[in-house]
Amino acid sequence: MKYLNGSIGAAVAAGAVLACSAALVAGQARAEDQQMTVAMITHAQPGDTFWDIIRKGAEAAAKKDNIKLIYLADPTATKEAQLISNVVQQHVDGIALTLAFPDAEAPAVKAAQKAGIPIVGFNAGVGQWKSQELLGYAGQDETVAGKAVGEELNKEGAKNVVCLDQQQGAVQLEARCNGIKDTFKGKMEVLYVTGYDMPTVKARVQAKLQEDPSIDYVVTLGAPFAPVVLDAITASSSKAKVGTFDMSPVAIDLISKGKIQWAVDQQPYVEGYEAVDMLWLYVTNGDTVGGGGPVLTGPFFVTKDNAAAVAKYARAGTR
Amino acid sequence: MTTTSDQAGLAQPRRQVQTQVLWKRVLKRPEAGALGGAILVFIFFWVIAPPFRQFAAFTTVLYQAATIGIPAVAVALLMIGGEFDLSAGVAVTTSSLAASMFATQVAGSLWAGVVFAMFFSLGIGALNGLLLIRTKLHSFLVTLGTFLMLQGLNIAITKLITGNVATGDISGMAGFNTLQAIFASNFMIGGAQISIAIVYWLIFVALATWVLLRTKIGNWIFAVGGQGDSARAVGVPVNRVKIGLFMLVGFSCWFLAMHLLFAYDTVQSGAGIGNELLYIAASVVGGCLLTGGYGSAVGSALGAFIFGMTTEGVIYADWDPDWFQFFVGAMLLLATVVNTWIRMRATKGK
Repeated sequence: MKYLNGSIGAAVAAGAVLACSAALVAGQARAEDQQMTVAMITHAQPGDTFWDIIRKGAEAAAKKDNIKLIYLADPTATKEAQLISNVVQQHVDGIALTLAFPDAEAPAVKAAQKAGIPIVGFNAGVGQWKSQELLGYAGQDETVAGKAVGEELNKEGAKNVVCLDQQQGAVQLEARCNGIKDTFKGKMEVLYVTGYDMPTVKARVQAKLQEDPSIDYVVTLGAPFAPVVLDAITASSSKAKVGTFDMSPVAIDLISKGKIQWAVDQQPYVEGYEAVDMLWLYVTNGDTVGGGGPVLTGPFFVTKDNAAAVAKYARAGTR
Repeated sequence: MTTTSDQAGLAQPRRQVQTQVLWKRVLKRPEAGALGGAILVFIFFWVIAPPFRQFAAFTTVLYQAATIGIPAVAVALLMIGGEFDLSAGVAVTTSSLAASMFATQVAGSLWAGVVFAMFFSLGIGALNGLLLIRTKLHSFLVTLGTFLMLQGLNIAITKLITGNVATGDISGMAGFNTLQAIFASNFMIGGAQISIAIVYWLIFVALATWVLLRTKIGNWIFAVGGQGDSARAVGVPVNRVKIGLFMLVGFSCWFLAMHLLFAYDTVQSGAGIGNELLYIAASVVGGCLLTGGYGSAVGSALGAFIFGMTTEGVIYADWDPDWFQFFVGAMLLLATVVNTWIRMRATKGK
């Protein structure tokens, strides 16, 4: 009898717990009905200023549109693809992703589409987002930006240019260098460095400038590298000028001082913002943006003339 | 030692040691192989890459070597003491971040930031050592844990405190010029820019060599790494030596961190990952055994030098950049093979 009592008690207790948790789950489900969940997946290296700005833009849009934002990133192809599968299993309402590794990501993208999750691309994959049937794309056409840089170099009379690439094998960075090659009339070479190991960056650029003293322009594909390249130029007593893709407060400061010639801004804040907002428009109103083309956020040249206007936002970490 | 060998020793007192010629004794040093490898790599690039022959190129190589070599000296001592430190790469970034953020957000003084970072780095070293001793786990596991934790902390704390993932520019703060002169100044010799980091590196190597070969502590380090239990039995304070070695690595990380902070003004919180392997590689190329109890400080410097020559040499030689990492790997492997071959030849039939 004692045992029976005990087990009945336990059963009652368990029932009560079940009921409670059921109520909780139901409550959650109702909250989720009102609030959309969007996953943003990128190939960012951890601790990179540029990606932090994208994330801030995405968070701004999420806040405005009452969206719960899940931000995930991994710089390797297979892991970025795994992240997509991961959020599909979480049944998110939309995915914004960078197609930095289009082939590796394709199966996961297809699986997400099969599960009925709308996907937009941003930042990387301007050549692939259509063939993978994404709803839209926000970003800079890196080839277009590269070509613009090539034209700028022609205008300034450069003859021998180094394109400094910090992540070998990333398509959007390759596209920039190739874009330059397309329009630039002089000689261009690519120099690879490994991420943010600044003394290594300095030593390698220094070595390159010593190897070929006729180099007269270095284009960095990330703003944090531009000041380091300036150091390397001083150290190797080279006459090369520096221009950079993307921006940082330090780079803008150096532009206004005339030490860096220009920065190509793709407005990462807009990329992050637009990607999330596009999903919101699609889910709430069935809209698509761009009219079948990408929503271009750049290239925008920051030079000595307009540096001051941009600097304010760069210092706040949103440009 | 047995009685018979004692008697044998008495019969021919120390004759063998005395008659051994100098070059043979030199070749038996742990760093002999690395020296051979370094000379080989140097000649190789000298021949195939004309820009490599300028003095300015040599200083560029030395600078790259110094930024690996400063932590590598401490890592070499730690490895002789029988332990690994996988957290050393990101610990450098941690230390830069700690100094920069403490200076800008808490104390308002760069000097305070620098001192805070030193104690913080020594603390990380002590924590590694204490965890190792308390948990009795292999240092590979313990420091892998702290490596990953620091990697996360670097980004999370930076974002929490500054709102960004890179620290602000400190170059406008009071004391910057003095501290830059101490940690990151450059001077010119023969038209080539030389970083003060190179000078510090050579001093550290000399100090470490003296400690290893001429002091009691040096003997303790070899004993702890070779036969920990026996060392403990004869009264060597094994735990203290190990904690001290981890703190030494912490100190070297702090030192390099200060150089990087004052040379590059801002710190990207994601930097430093992967460098721990370079420090270990430099030590191993320089003759440290992965099992401990054997190695040298000079060897770690030669290892770092080989790495510096290889990474820069590939650029001076203007080889296809797509193959860059492959060439670096192949050259390192070649240097290590030569190194091992020399060591085997030298120690054979003593």
